[in-house]
Amino acid sequence: MTAAVALALKRLTVMREGERRALDGVVLSIRPGERVAVIGPSGAGKTTLLRVLATALRQTDGSVEILGTDPWALDAGARRRLRARIGLIHQAPPLPPRQRVVTAVLAGRLGSWPLWKALVSLAYPLDMAGARAELARLDLSDRLFDRCDRLSGGQAQRVGIARVLYQQPELILADEPVSALDPALANHTVGVLAAEAQARGVTLFASLHAVDLALAHFPRIVGLRDGRVAFDLPTEQIDAQRLDQLYSQEGYLPTQEGRPFEASRNRPLQSPLCK
Amino acid sequence: MKSAWLAGTALILGLVWASAAFLRLDPAGLFAAGTLGAFGKFVGEFFPPDLSAPFLSQIAWGTLETLAISAVATLLAALGGIMIALPAAGRFGPLPQLASRFVLNALRSIPELVFAALMVLAAGLGPFAGTLALALHTTGVLGRLFAEALENAPSEPADALVNSGASRVSVFFYATLPGVLPQCVAYSLYRWEINIRMAAVLGFVGAGGLGQMLYVSLSLFHSPQACSVILAMLLIVMLVDEASALLRRSMA
Amino acid sequence: MQVAAALAPAERDPARWARVAIVTLALLLLWPGIRLTEFNPAALVDPANLRVMGQFLGQFFPPALSQEFLLLVGRSTLETLAIANVGIALAFLVAFPLSIATTAVLSQSSLGPARDAGLRRAIRYPLRLFVILLRGIPELVWALLLVRAVGLGATAGVLALAITYGGMLAKVYAEIYESTGTRAARALMESGSGRVQAFFYGVLPSSMREMVSYTVYRWECAVRASVIMGFVGAGGLGQQLELSMRMLNGAEACTFLATFLLLVMLADAVSNFFRRALA
Repeated sequence: MTAAVALALKRLTVMREGERRALDGVVLSIRPGERVAVIGPSGAGKTTLLRVLATALRQTDGSVEILGTDPWALDAGARRRLRARIGLIHQAPPLPPRQRVVTAVLAGRLGSWPLWKALVSLAYPLDMAGARAELARLDLSDRLFDRCDRLSGGQAQRVGIARVLYQQPELILADEPVSALDPALANHTVGVLAAEAQARGVTLFASLHAVDLALAHFPRIVGLRDGRVAFDLPTEQIDAQRLDQLYSQEGYLPTQEGRPFEASRNRPLQSPLCK
Repeated sequence: MKSAWLAGTALILGLVWASAAFLRLDPAGLFAAGTLGAFGKFVGEFFPPDLSAPFLSQIAWGTLETLAISAVATLLAALGGIMIALPAAGRFGPLPQLASRFVLNALRSIPELVFAALMVLAAGLGPFAGTLALALHTTGVLGRLFAEALENAPSEPADALVNSGASRVSVFFYATLPGVLPQCVAYSLYRWEINIRMAAVLGFVGAGGLGQMLYVSLSLFHSPQACSVILAMLLIVMLVDEASALLRRSMA
Repeated sequence: MQVAAALAPAERDPARWARVAIVTLALLLLWPGIRLTEFNPAALVDPANLRVMGQFLGQFFPPALSQEFLLLVGRSTLETLAIANVGIALAFLVAFPLSIATTAVLSQSSLGPARDAGLRRAIRYPLRLFVILLRGIPELVWALLLVRAVGLGATAGVLALAITYGGMLAKVYAEIYESTGTRAARALMESGSGRVQAFFYGVLPSSMREMVSYTVYRWECAVRASVIMGFVGAGGLGQQLELSMRMLNGAEACTFLATFLLLVMLADAVSNFFRRALA
């Protein structure tokens, strides 16, 4: 079942802590198979937006349509089936410390596995080859039988990504998926994620703190600021002025290296990583 | 400050004196020559302890029975505890939470020995009654500890799986349980240590183990045998103490 | 990518043998456990047992509340409280000198080679062993023995508490001295004062609060224990509860049980109040 739009948000508003609007009238429409990055200063509402899209948070006002349905109009069982089609990559992957990597990755498919299979797999992992294949894409296949608390932050983050790839969702949401990785590895990992999404025809919507990563791997960029969409443009049309405006509070453009993003005002931007 | 301590001491002394008077304790009678002699004779009958091979093998059997009672009871209690802890931690809404907390409190406040007397009625004399009694009380204790562990465990791993469409049962086994399991195991081991000691004395009301042996041998005035049973109990208590201290030190 | 290479033909979980071993071991231990405990859930639904249990529990409501009976309940409750009070007081008398004698804080030999160190050790170690003996045997066992020595009733309970709790208090007091009073005691002993002086001027002042707090906590435990010891004939509420259970008088058992729970809650509240006041 393919919907005409993967994601459709109309005047989406989310109130947090009483009167503060974390999201304020967001309008967004994403076609199936599109790869979109959302960027913006911290506190712009990126995480809130992703949580709404992952059906982890219900909007205060406006409408949300995910994979062709309004998740909050569904009954619990149907919502569960919808959630199995959405994969959310967390910034800090919530893995139980003593669980083994193989189990943590296989947990991605709990939404589609029958209960007996889930329980048997706890005693003896049922799809080790599948889990290893996803980990291999992220250069982690040698950690298959390690415990999650023995992983570094970056390795845990990649296990979180492998879990969502293993889930085989139709929509992948990623909330700062590479924040714990060093620049070269982050670039590689986002590249893998984007390539996998393209190869599988999956919609990818990722928030990224590093602007250069977004520009390098995503054809469409949404700028979010103070809970509103500041711009929503193809990557070629993003120039330094827009980015300066978006990040004017922070004073500089956050990049992989953490140093100011050097770009001339007149040329289209080129990421240092995609020369 | 000084006067407060003084007043407190006076109050305590008064209370103790009143209590002794209420009980009509007779220290003079207790230490009179005749009583002391009788007491000495009573103690003397216990020595030397009966160390004959057949009786020692009976004691070994009783010790094994005591260990089995404590272990099976703790296992049952851990299973029962986690099952009641889930509603008690509020996983199924407020009403089941209130009800399950009430059950846990009731189980916890009724002592093992009362349960044992009840279970002897329900299941007949023997170690099975003792096992059930210990399990019931321990379920209350462990259930409460498990519920606290569940409430304090981070919910992110479980939330993540819920958001990927996993069912409640699989979320429990893949995220919630792994998060609390180490703590639950530690609590259960700690409780097992206490239960070994308890299982040794539950037999006084007919619930099997070394306790029942002691009770029977005392009732039959087989004092040397009673002495050996007491020595076995002392040995168990000291061994368990040492073992748990060792375990704690190695884990710390 | 080398995905194909990673797909080894027949992957095996490296933990499989460990898991099989653990499960096998657990089953091997569980089986004798089940046999030894004569595990038999069928006994619970045995009609004869069910009838006895049903009748007994059926009588719980309404509980016995006649005036004469309530007087008995009141008297045995007071008796239980009195046993706990006197028991703790005697335990304190046993524990206090023992704790001074056995604590390592006041060890002369820890200062360096002391005169007659061998003799001091020869006294201290048997005393420590004695303390272990006191608290190593549960109070219920002491009560059972003492009931045979001094007869049914409160005296056995009081003495059992004095013995076991005496041992417990002696051990914990000694630990308190070691955790709070080391430095002051050392200074005093280095300036030549004896064990007892060093204790009263160097150790006791800083340890007092914690000692009182722990003794209050033990009193709370003693209330509970004195009820339980009643089950083997050591007087008070427990003895009455056991009696009514043996007579299968559910109504009386219910009242006694409720009183017991109330008493324990009360003791808990009193002990918490005092310990918070001391903290």
